[in-house]
Amino acid sequence: MQEIFNIFIKSIFIDNMIFAYFLGMCSYLAVSKTVKTSVGLGAAVIFVLGITVPVDYMLNEYILKAGALEWLDASFVNVDLSFLSFIMFIAIIASMVQLVEMIVEKFSPALYSSLGIFLPLIAVNCAILGGSLFMQEREYQSLAQATSFGLGSGVGWFLAIVGIAAIREKIRYSDVPAPLRGLGITFIITGLMGIAFMSFLGIKL
Amino acid sequence: MSAEIREREALFSSKNIKLLKNPLNLSNPITVQVLGICSALAVTAKLEPAIVMAISVTLVTAVANVVISVLRNGIPPRIRIIVQLVVVATLVIVVDQILKAFVYDVSKQLSVFVGLIITNCIIMGRLEAFAMANKPWPSFLDGIGNGLGYGLILIVIAFFRELLGSGSIYGFNLIPEQFYELGYKNNGLMILPPMALIVVGVIIWVQRYYTRDLIEKN
Repeated sequence: MQEIFNIFIKSIFIDNMIFAYFLGMCSYLAVSKTVKTSVGLGAAVIFVLGITVPVDYMLNEYILKAGALEWLDASFVNVDLSFLSFIMFIAIIASMVQLVEMIVEKFSPALYSSLGIFLPLIAVNCAILGGSLFMQEREYQSLAQATSFGLGSGVGWFLAIVGIAAIREKIRYSDVPAPLRGLGITFIITGLMGIAFMSFLGIKL
Repeated sequence: MSAEIREREALFSSKNIKLLKNPLNLSNPITVQVLGICSALAVTAKLEPAIVMAISVTLVTAVANVVISVLRNGIPPRIRIIVQLVVVATLVIVVDQILKAFVYDVSKQLSVFVGLIITNCIIMGRLEAFAMANKPWPSFLDGIGNGLGYGLILIVIAFFRELLGSGSIYGFNLIPEQFYELGYKNNGLMILPPMALIVVGVIIWVQRYYTRDLIEKN
């Protein structure tokens, strides 16, 4: 239990998707103009990561890994399908996003219209695929660990995008040098936030 | 009939050259269109992985552009994202296997970022914006151009980060031994992730200072 909680905290602060690995930067930069939309996108990312990482974990564990197909028949013990993992993961992610989109549209039209274009775009958000690939690379031991990693990464991403959106709303009142306005200053602020987040590196969990 | 009458466009007409040249500065994928940032920052602590990454992305973008451009009239619009993802994912698997076979160390350094070429926004962006509406040859040039524009920025970032962070270029030490004896130190911060963001910020600053049209109205 403690291990699961540690993974959760670690993936939020220490291995933050944005500040430590720069995943999902494209939508992070494009959608962080106001706090309201960034909260919506952040919530959608938590949701999708929380679903796709465990599903991809099971896919990896029971189909793709070397020897994973043993449960089917003993003769499959030498089969290693891990070279297929990119295409399988992205297929799962794309279909999950489609499913989530349909469910949200059906049960919460208000949320659906506020998320708008972001929901389908999540399929090509690097943070989602990155979550699955890190899950595969770090070899988590159980489904619960993979799930807590997925949720934690999502929460970390959420914190980062809401933080930068709040700063960008305020920075409009500042006198930024003209060539730096907009994109440039956003990069530099993200860098400074990243340096602040590095202070969590010393924490051993 | 009409196809025969119509004058054939030269392979390197000025329009096509523009496709190749624009992404290097005016519509640079990283600093202007803000696409493909994720991988650009993560692989640039050293020059070697940055160059490998630049070549991989250029190849994948160009080939995926051609494939999608050839198929563009047969793809139903509703499922085009999935079709595009499958094409790109297949190409990335090929690139990944080649990297593992020939440059294993670099492939290990790049770790998940090879796989993340699939969701590199440059590729999806070009497929959506260009290849779905243009013929294969211009699409190919567009892919190469955008790949090079991406690679250019990657190499500039990696150059400064490796020079200031490790005192070397492509693994060769450039800072003379005497400097270290006089008290010069490598700036370890340059190797850490946050500095990549700040270096990009500075590159954008310099580029926009010289290309005034790109400045955003606040």
